[in-house]
Amino acid sequence: MANKLISEIPLPKSIANVFSARNISTAKDALTLTEFELMELLDVGLTEVRSALSQISEIVAPPYQTALSLMEQRFQNEHLGGHFPTGLKGLDAALCGGIPFGVLTELIGPAGIGKTQFCLKLSLLASLPTNYGGLDGRVIYIDVESKFSSRRLLEIGLRSFPEIFQMKEMAQEMAGRILVLRPTSLAEFTQSLEQIKVSLLQKQVKMLVIDSMAALVSGEHEQGARRQQTLSWHISFIKSLAEFSRIPVVVTNQVRSRNHEDASRYSFQVQSRDGAIGTTMQYDSHLVAALGIQWAHAVTTRLVLEAKSGERFIKVAKSPISPPLAFPFHITSSGISLLSDDGKEVMGPEINAIHCQGHNEIINFGMEGLH
Amino acid sequence: MEIWRLPISASQRGKLISAGYTSLSSLSSISSSDLARELKVSESEAMNILKVASHSRGSETSNASCSIVEVLDTFQWWAGAQSAWDMLHDEESLMHITTSSADLDNILGGGIHCKEVTEIGGVPGIGKTQLGIQVAVNVQIPNDFGGLGGKAIYIDTEGSFMVERAFQIAEACIEDMSEYNRFLRKDFQECKIKMLPQDILENIFYFRICSYTEQIALINYLDKFLSEHKDVKVIVVDSVTFHFRQDFDDMALRTRVLSGMALKLMNLAKRFSLAVVLLNQVTTKHTEASFQLALALGDSWSHTCTNRIVLYWNGNERYAYIDKSPSLRSASAAYSVTARGIRNSSSSCKRIKMM
Repeated sequence: MANKLISEIPLPKSIANVFSARNISTAKDALTLTEFELMELLDVGLTEVRSALSQISEIVAPPYQTALSLMEQRFQNEHLGGHFPTGLKGLDAALCGGIPFGVLTELIGPAGIGKTQFCLKLSLLASLPTNYGGLDGRVIYIDVESKFSSRRLLEIGLRSFPEIFQMKEMAQEMAGRILVLRPTSLAEFTQSLEQIKVSLLQKQVKMLVIDSMAALVSGEHEQGARRQQTLSWHISFIKSLAEFSRIPVVVTNQVRSRNHEDASRYSFQVQSRDGAIGTTMQYDSHLVAALGIQWAHAVTTRLVLEAKSGERFIKVAKSPISPPLAFPFHITSSGISLLSDDGKEVMGPEINAIHCQGHNEIINFGMEGLH
Repeated sequence: MEIWRLPISASQRGKLISAGYTSLSSLSSISSSDLARELKVSESEAMNILKVASHSRGSETSNASCSIVEVLDTFQWWAGAQSAWDMLHDEESLMHITTSSADLDNILGGGIHCKEVTEIGGVPGIGKTQLGIQVAVNVQIPNDFGGLGGKAIYIDTEGSFMVERAFQIAEACIEDMSEYNRFLRKDFQECKIKMLPQDILENIFYFRICSYTEQIALINYLDKFLSEHKDVKVIVVDSVTFHFRQDFDDMALRTRVLSGMALKLMNLAKRFSLAVVLLNQVTTKHTEASFQLALALGDSWSHTCTNRIVLYWNGNERYAYIDKSPSLRSASAAYSVTARGIRNSSSSCKRIKMM
């Protein structure tokens, strides 16, 4: 809508001509200038500029919907009101049905904790027919670190849904719905994304998995501001892709050590001499999410996978609908499963902390089965 | 050179000046046909220029022959001016939208103020969207219960609006109202409010924005929309930052566009007597020797909003801090996000800290 041509908008002839004479061809060009700039540029009076802008704005502005009609639309047209059940009952209950459609869901955790395992399980589930809880469609799996193991995928399938996967044709059909892309650089990834956006709907893609987002950037640039700039475009592109296609998008992220650039306090917190504020920081975890705070704002749901005293937990760290709960999980031959469906409520910013205690970090790519 | 201030096109201004008309009084006695001949423009253009000039002249300082008493009585020298005494009356009758947390309402002086722009920022997951949805629901509380009985506009730039959550919050709001009603009536009968959560959802106008151009266009269009929907009492923009953090290479342009947008929103707030709530994200800022958190969009933006509230973690609690306000003291209060929405913090050692 932003690139709507001025020529297509019903403006009075005189001003439309002036717009094109001054090379203001899209609505975006016209709306980014202030009223006075336009007056100077087009050499017309204020009233004409105002009326032209209001006409352009009316056309470019998106239509509204009442929240009620939005809800009804989602419940009528979409699977479970716009949620994709993960098969982990406690998590699905907390997330009001499952992973939400149309927005980004992030899986973050230290290496070897089970993010890829979770992604494999989700991809498998999405390919299944709806009576098995799936989305009955294709899955695009962008595998940046070459962690995708089809043997492991089929093992999960066989253990979780033996009735389907014991039949070779069915196994082939399901596995055939998962398309794996292996971009070797950020540029290739960008290209793949653009291609995906074009063919998403006609190819009946029902889920997009990016494993992992952080790996794409870590090889390319140094830390800090430059990396943020590179990702800005991708963040908004992936979000708009998710939005317009209304599919769940799962992205994995890595962790890194906290460094001096990671701020955690505001200026008014530092200034205060009150002992309660600022000095008692609960952040004893030395690990923080990679990709920075801009990315953290862009994801709608953040699931933190961590290890504490040898036990693994999946925590709902950020979600518009779920309270901050932690569920213990483990990884078996049939994929990831919860040890308890009753989540433990976590107080305070602890829900965002990422722990890595008592966890064996040996990662073996070649070995199928458990990490 | 008063001609500079006339809202006419640059070439017309240029022609006036080169023809020797540099002040408004010089245009007061000329007819439109003479002017058209002198400037070599069409008669209708000349008439337009004269009309604009006389309009500007009319709103200028009246001549000094006004008596002092008249001057003090009618402060109408400048169009739109109001005496501080008159404004006091307006300020006292200012309407608020409750946040459903009494502590938060207290430090806000009753709630989110109408006729003002309030910016609320915080780290991801602190509850900005939750507060936005709560306000969009609470604005609909009927007058009998101390609310505004108005509708809400929710401008979603990130897709964070979850309609199931809005339903939950609406349901809880109605239950609270029934509870209050029952309490008030003291007859312990089940006083069911006739409102349903669906009714509340129906009064939230949801716009989904996908680029900053659409954001600018929508804010321009709201002028017309609000004249057609006069019962809208709050506009929530969630978040105002998202589309301005990517795409902009020209920072000066970004600052200009943002300040233009903020002015328009302030204008809408004043004209239609509604509250504008802008949700903002957080970024790291390098100040002195350390890195600190600060609200996004830069220093120039921080001047544009009337009120600024920062949501942050303090220990295990969520706190709100009044960072900037022309009428409220700097204070912070604890709040919590529950299944029913924003509520008071449940911890027993909560206190309102005055800075």
